[in-house]
Amino acid sequence: MTDMSVSVGALRLANPIMPASGTFAEGLAEVIDIERLGAVVIKTITTELRAGNPVPRVAEVRSGMLNSIGIPSKGVPYFLERTLPYYRRFAVPLVVSVSAPTVAGFASIAKAVSVPGVAAIEANISCPNLEEDGRAFAMEPRSAATVTAALREATPLPLWVKLTPNVGDIAAVARAAENAGADALVVANTVLAMAIDIDTRRPRLGSIMGGLSGPVIKPIVVRMTYQCAKAVKIPVIGCGGIASAEDAIEYMLAGAAAVQVGTATFVQPSAMLAILDGMEAWCARKGIHRVADLIGAIRDTDLELAPAQY
Amino acid sequence: MKPPPESSVVVPDSAQPADLLSRVISNDWVNARYKHLVVAAPPQAAQARPGQFFHLLCPDAGGEHPFFRRPMSCYGASPRQGTVEFLYKVAGTGTRSLASLVPGATLPMLGPLGHGFSLEPAWRTIVVVGRGVGLATLAPLAEAAAAAGIAVQAVFSARDRDSVMSVERFEASGARVTVVLDSDGSSDPAKVEALLRRLHVQGMADAFFTCGSTRLLVLLQRLGRELGVPGQVALEQQMACGLGMCFCCVRPFREDDEVVNRRVCWDGPVFDIQEAMP
Ligand SMILES: Cc1cc2nc3c(=O)[nH]c(=O)nc-3n(C[C@H](O)[C@H](O)[C@H](O)COP(=O)(O)OP(=O)(O)OC[C@H]3O[C@@H](n4cnc5c(N)ncnc54)[C@H](O)[C@@H]3O)c2cc1C
Ligand SMILES: Cc1cc2nc3c(=O)[nH]c(=O)nc-3n(C[C@H](O)[C@H](O)[C@H](O)COP(=O)(O)O)c2cc1C
Repeated sequence: MTDMSVSVGALRLANPIMPASGTFAEGLAEVIDIERLGAVVIKTITTELRAGNPVPRVAEVRSGMLNSIGIPSKGVPYFLERTLPYYRRFAVPLVVSVSAPTVAGFASIAKAVSVPGVAAIEANISCPNLEEDGRAFAMEPRSAATVTAALREATPLPLWVKLTPNVGDIAAVARAAENAGADALVVANTVLAMAIDIDTRRPRLGSIMGGLSGPVIKPIVVRMTYQCAKAVKIPVIGCGGIASAEDAIEYMLAGAAAVQVGTATFVQPSAMLAILDGMEAWCARKGIHRVADLIGAIRDTDLELAPAQY
Repeated sequence: MKPPPESSVVVPDSAQPADLLSRVISNDWVNARYKHLVVAAPPQAAQARPGQFFHLLCPDAGGEHPFFRRPMSCYGASPRQGTVEFLYKVAGTGTRSLASLVPGATLPMLGPLGHGFSLEPAWRTIVVVGRGVGLATLAPLAEAAAAAGIAVQAVFSARDRDSVMSVERFEASGARVTVVLDSDGSSDPAKVEALLRRLHVQGMADAFFTCGSTRLLVLLQRLGRELGVPGQVALEQQMACGLGMCFCCVRPFREDDEVVNRRVCWDGPVFDIQEAMP
């Protein structure tokens, strides 16, 4: 039997599989046994009540999807009074994703949700920073560091910082977040993209551009996971296009200590459990006793990076 | 829609949803654009209630690669025969791939999903107004009403005679069907309104139900408000997960004096007719 447990900093998880924020909610618990997951991560919440973006909010593309959901949020009281009590009935660690338009806003929401029953905080810093022309916090090492430091001050809980792939040098942002006190990094959010209906000549999303996710982005985010894992000592959680056990294993070899599964669950509600079972079977076949032995176990020491072509 | 109090619900919500493997029994054309799919499915699926839907995992076929599942109303469900039926319009990538399914093929389906129609025991006669594939959604309602001793006056709106489907199915359950057509002008809103007013005067409109046409929805909202007739509407919106997780399928609704977004998959697809916004 393979030991499927992994550590994400101080947090011990029964296995490396968890949902990606925004792709999981109570409805899934009606269809799969969520207690089998390593952790659950809820959709990003904000202090402000928000309605989210105009429809169409979604477009299907080959092997993936575009979304422009935005962050419809019912606010912190709703989380404390409704969402948190719901998850208390499950033993699985609860990770709360938070966001805010300002540094002070991030600190205050992180503080507000640092309550018993919450195992870790995931800061979705891919959102626009209203103090910096609306550029996402995660787009610059400096703003990523500022917001991470404020979050670090605000909460004693394990702090995961979720990065955006829409940057030139993600390793620099990863290092900045690590130095400012992040306990782990989630790599990554959706890839900025767009699609046009050629018959109507209209953008296929109501807000023109949106985030690309699903299998189509996997090679990009495997690369970023690899770059981040090489750049930092804290654990990296891989997230992007994972739909099979093989995908999850690939991410762990690239350096991920755990993985998040998003879009795949929309197509196969049981995707996370199938991935978990598949990984365990694969490890058993390969004689791997601890899944954690896969982390960063890529064989690349005899190779050199090709000179940058971009 | 605020869920009606438990005691007044004749049609309760059904089994827990599950991701089930069904097997195609038949998948035949009913006219030039619509197919009727019958699958053998596990017992939970066959307990689907009127207005509920399944999220179908359409196969890769004929060069089509539908990424998401496709939502389809349950057109019929027989726990006794272990079957579930769908009536669908062959429209784009997903439905073209569905159309390719042959008897014996397997079809994964998630469901039953969503909140279906509810019927009040006090109702004597309901009016069911549908257009196009909206009929697929309304057919099980007509049957459930008949089973609960509620008479059904059905109004079918269609482009032309050839596009009319399902009349026999409704009539078999005892419904009285009136067909109105674009081709002869009988589907004109003013004429449909007159027809509905007649039914109301005759005491045959305790509630309105509709699916498949924004024009009909607007008409029924106005009449319902004026005549004090309650109603329900089944709505559509593009969906990803079907389980209320992704917030892709929201639509705006009137709630008191506010406009709020609700998820068609999770809060619906059946909503209070007055709260819906066309
Ligand atoms: C709750 C519900 C019940 C439905 N029941 C039926 C039914 O019984 N019979 C039937 O023929 N149709 C029904 N529909 C509509 C059906 O889901 C769409 O016609 C179908 O998804 C079109 O897919 P496509 O790939 O052929 O079209 P495409 O245009 O290629 O689809 C592209 C994308 O848009 C989505 N989409 C397109 N049209 C619709 C629509 N009208 N509603 C929702 N999503 C759409 C697709 O799911 C897909 O994600 C229902 C929709 C909902 C929401
Ligand atoms: C519909 C949808 C909603 C999302 N909402 C959030 C969110 O609220 N917060 C967040 O940090 N990421 C959100 N994401 C991004 C996912 O968590 C994940 O980073 C991304 O989808 C890549 O993973 P995947 O390819 O497995 O889906 C969302 C993604 C999708 C598709």
